[in-house]
Amino acid sequence: MANETETVVKHCQCSEVSEAELYERLTTIVRSQRTVPGALIPVLQTAQNLFGYLPENALRIISKELKIPYSEVAGVVGFYSYFSTVPKGKYTIRVCLGTACYVRGGQDVLRALQNELNINIGGTTPDRKFSLEVGRCFGACGLAPVVMVGDQTFQRVKPAKVGEILKSFE
Amino acid sequence: MKNTVYINKKAIEVESGTTILQAAAQAGIKIPTLCHLEGQIPKGACRVCMVDVEGAKNMVASCTTPVNDGMKITTNSREVREARKFVLELLLSEHCGDCKTCVRNDDCELQQLAIEMGVMEIAYPGEKLITRIDESTPALVRDSGKCIKCRRCLTVCNEVQGIGALAAQGRGFDSVIGPAFDNALEGVQCVQCGQCAAVCPVGAITEKEHIDYVWEAIEDPSKFVVVQTAPAIRAALGECFDYEPGTLVTGKMVSALRLIGFDRIFDTNFAADLTIMEEGTELLTRLKTALVDKKQVALPMFTSCSPGWIKYAEYFYPEFLNNISTCKSPQQMFGAVAKTYMAKKEKIDPKNIVVVSVMPCTAKKFEAGRDEMNASGYQDVDYVLTTRELARMIKQTGIDFKALDDDKMDSPLGQSSGAADIFANTGGVMEAAVRTAYELVTGKELPLKNLHIKEVTGLEGVKKASLKIEGCLPEWSFLEGVELKVGVAHGLGNARKIIEAVRAGETFHFIEIMTCPGGCIGGGGQPRFTTDEVRQKRIEAIYKEDEGKTIRKSHMNPEIVQIYEEFLKKPLGSISHSLLHTHYHERN
Ligand code: SF4
Ligand code: SF4
Ligand code: SF4
Ligand code: FES
Ligand code: FES
Repeated sequence: MANETETVVKHCQCSEVSEAELYERLTTIVRSQRTVPGALIPVLQTAQNLFGYLPENALRIISKELKIPYSEVAGVVGFYSYFSTVPKGKYTIRVCLGTACYVRGGQDVLRALQNELNINIGGTTPDRKFSLEVGRCFGACGLAPVVMVGDQTFQRVKPAKVGEILKSFE
Repeated sequence: MKNTVYINKKAIEVESGTTILQAAAQAGIKIPTLCHLEGQIPKGACRVCMVDVEGAKNMVASCTTPVNDGMKITTNSREVREARKFVLELLLSEHCGDCKTCVRNDDCELQQLAIEMGVMEIAYPGEKLITRIDESTPALVRDSGKCIKCRRCLTVCNEVQGIGALAAQGRGFDSVIGPAFDNALEGVQCVQCGQCAAVCPVGAITEKEHIDYVWEAIEDPSKFVVVQTAPAIRAALGECFDYEPGTLVTGKMVSALRLIGFDRIFDTNFAADLTIMEEGTELLTRLKTALVDKKQVALPMFTSCSPGWIKYAEYFYPEFLNNISTCKSPQQMFGAVAKTYMAKKEKIDPKNIVVVSVMPCTAKKFEAGRDEMNASGYQDVDYVLTTRELARMIKQTGIDFKALDDDKMDSPLGQSSGAADIFANTGGVMEAAVRTAYELVTGKELPLKNLHIKEVTGLEGVKKASLKIEGCLPEWSFLEGVELKVGVAHGLGNARKIIEAVRAGETFHFIEIMTCPGGCIGGGGQPRFTTDEVRQKRIEAIYKEDEGKTIRKSHMNPEIVQIYEEFLKKPLGSISHSLLHTHYHERN
C-alpha cells in the first residue's frame, strides 16, 4: 500500500501537494464533519477526490475520526462500485462481457488485454496509464465484441489487435 | 393489551406487540430459526422461520412479524414445510464444507435443521462459496465457505460488544460477512472475545484448536503437564454431555482430566484467590495514596481478569490504562507460580513443565501469547483449551463422562474458597474482593446476608452498589465512614456505558468489567447455545458451589496462606511484583 501511494505522488502531475499535506487536509475535513449524521459517504467522496482513490490510511483516518468501525467503513466502500481502493490509471479499459460480446469472444479479448498489460481485472499498470475492468452490455451488441478505452469505443475487436489499440494511446 | 391468536388452531393469549415466533414459543411450538438472535432486533434475513398467516398473500417471517388480534397462524402445513426446506436447500447448495470433518459436526444448526426438515439431497447444484481460511488471530479461525451470511456474528460484535470488527463486505453473491475488505481479522480492532464464534450457527467462526498440542505434550514422557480449570467450566461442561444447564460437574471433570493423562490437576480458582489477595491490597493501597498521602493516583480502579476487556481498553480507552489493576489474570498468575513455586516444590525443571488451561474464553488464547506473559522465564501458560475443546478431548478418549466418580484437585495449587468460584459470574470478582478487603480493614466479616452484594448480582448490564465502611482497625482508620462505591458491567457495550459515566464525572472507587454477557459463564468458549436462561442457570450453579464451601473468603484458603509463607511473603511484595503483575500498552 505504502509503495502504491508513493507512486501516486510521483506520477501526479496536477499539483505539487505532498502526501502528508493531503492527509492533513483529509483529517481537517473529517474532523469538521464529525458531528454531521450520515457524513461517511460524502467524506469518502472527498477523500477519493483528494487521492484519486481510497488508500488504506485514508480509510483508517476516516474510521478513527468519525468513530465508525473500520470494517463498517470498508463495507460501505465495497458496496458502491463508485469507490475504489486501488489507484486508477489515466485510461480505464472496459471489456464488455454481456451476452452478445461473450459469445463472440469477449472473454478472449479480455485475456489478450490481461496478457498485454500484465494486470488482472480491477488492476492498474505500474505506470498508472491503464486500468482494466469488465462491463455488461454497452448497447452496441450488433458490433460485438466491444471494448471501451476512456470514452472511445472499439468494435469487433480481435484478440490479436489489442496491442495496436493500446499503442494509439501513447 | 392482550391479543388472542390461533396457532395451528390452538387459541393462546399474548401481549400485543409479541412476534409470531415469541407467541409460538409461549405455546410450546417450535419454529426453526437461523438468523434470529435472542434479545436483538430481528433481521428477517434467512426466511427459515416462515409461517402461514390466514389472509396474507405470502408466507411471513415469524421473527419479524407481530401478531394481530384474531390472527390465524399455521406453522406446520405442507406448504410451510416445503418453503422452509427450499430455503435450506438453497443454503446448502452454496455451502462449502464437509460435515464429517467439520468441528461443528455435533452441534451445527444448519445440519440439524436439514435433518429436521428431511433434506435428503441438494436439488439445486449451484455455484459454491469459496473457502478461504483466516487464521490470522491467536484465538479464532474463520472459514468463508461455511458462512451462511446469517449475520448473527455481526449483530453480536456491533450491538452487544459495540466493536464492529465484522460487517457486510461487497455485494450480491460475492458479499461476505467479515472484517474490512474481507481481509484478515488481525487487521481490524477485534478483542478476540469469541462471542461471534459462540453465536455462529455453523462452522464459519470457531476457536483455534490447541487439542493436538496438548495430546502431544501429554504423550511426551519428558514433559510434566499440569492443567488448570477456570471457575466457569464446572458449571457448563456438563452441557456437552447432555446434562441440564446449571449442573455442577466439578468432581467428574477432575476424574476425566486424570484419565486424559495430565500429571497434576490444579485449579484456576486457587489463582483467583491469589488475585484477590493482590488486587484487594492494590485497591486499598490506591485508596490510601489518594486519601492519606493526598497524592495523584488513578481511581477508580478497574479489574483486570478479562483479556478481551484489556485489549478493548488498549484500543479504545488508552487514557484509562493506568486505572486498570496491574494484577495479571488468574490464568496467568497460575502459570507464573506453576513454573516457579510448584516447580521448586516438585523439583522439576520449569523448562519441562507444560501448563494447559481450560477456559470458557477464546481471548485467553490471545492473553497466553502476550509478550509480557513470561515472568517465570518461560511462557507462563502454554496452551489454552475452551470448554468445548475439553469436551471434545474427553469424547476422543471414549470416556463415559456420566459414569465417572468424583475426584479432587491436587495440592499445592488446587484448593480454593467460595470467593474464587464466583469469579465466573458477573459481579463475582467485585464481591470476592470486597469480602476480603472489608475483613482486612475492619477485622469483621462483610455484614451482608450470605456474604452476597445483591445489587451487583444478576444479568442487568450495568450494576452499582455503595457500601459504608465502619469500625475500621487503627491502621485503616482513614477509611472510617467512607462510602465505597463500586460498579459492575458485563458485555463490552455495557463497559462503554460505565466508562462514559466515569468520564462524565460519576464517582466510583472500584469497577469490575467482564467482556462477555453474564461474565465468564457466558464466555465465547462455552458450550452452545448460551441464552439468558442458560446464563441464569450457570450463575445459580456457581453461587451454589460458593455457598457449599466451608471457606468462602480468599484470605482463608490454607494454600494461599501457605504460598505467602513459603514463597511470595506478602501481597504486592517484590516476588509478587515480578511474577503476578503486568502492564498494558496502547494499540491502534
Ligand atoms: S458447518 Fe455444519 S453443515 Fe457445514 S460442514 Fe460443518 S457441520 Fe456440515
Ligand atoms: S472476537 Fe469479539 S471483537 Fe472479535 S470479531 Fe468476534 S465478536 Fe467481534
Ligand atoms: S460467520 Fe457464522 S454467524 Fe457470521 S454470518 Fe457467517 S454463518 Fe452467520
Ligand atoms: S453484449 Fe456487449 S455491447 Fe451488448
Ligand atoms: S429467523 Fe426469522 S428470518 Fe431468520
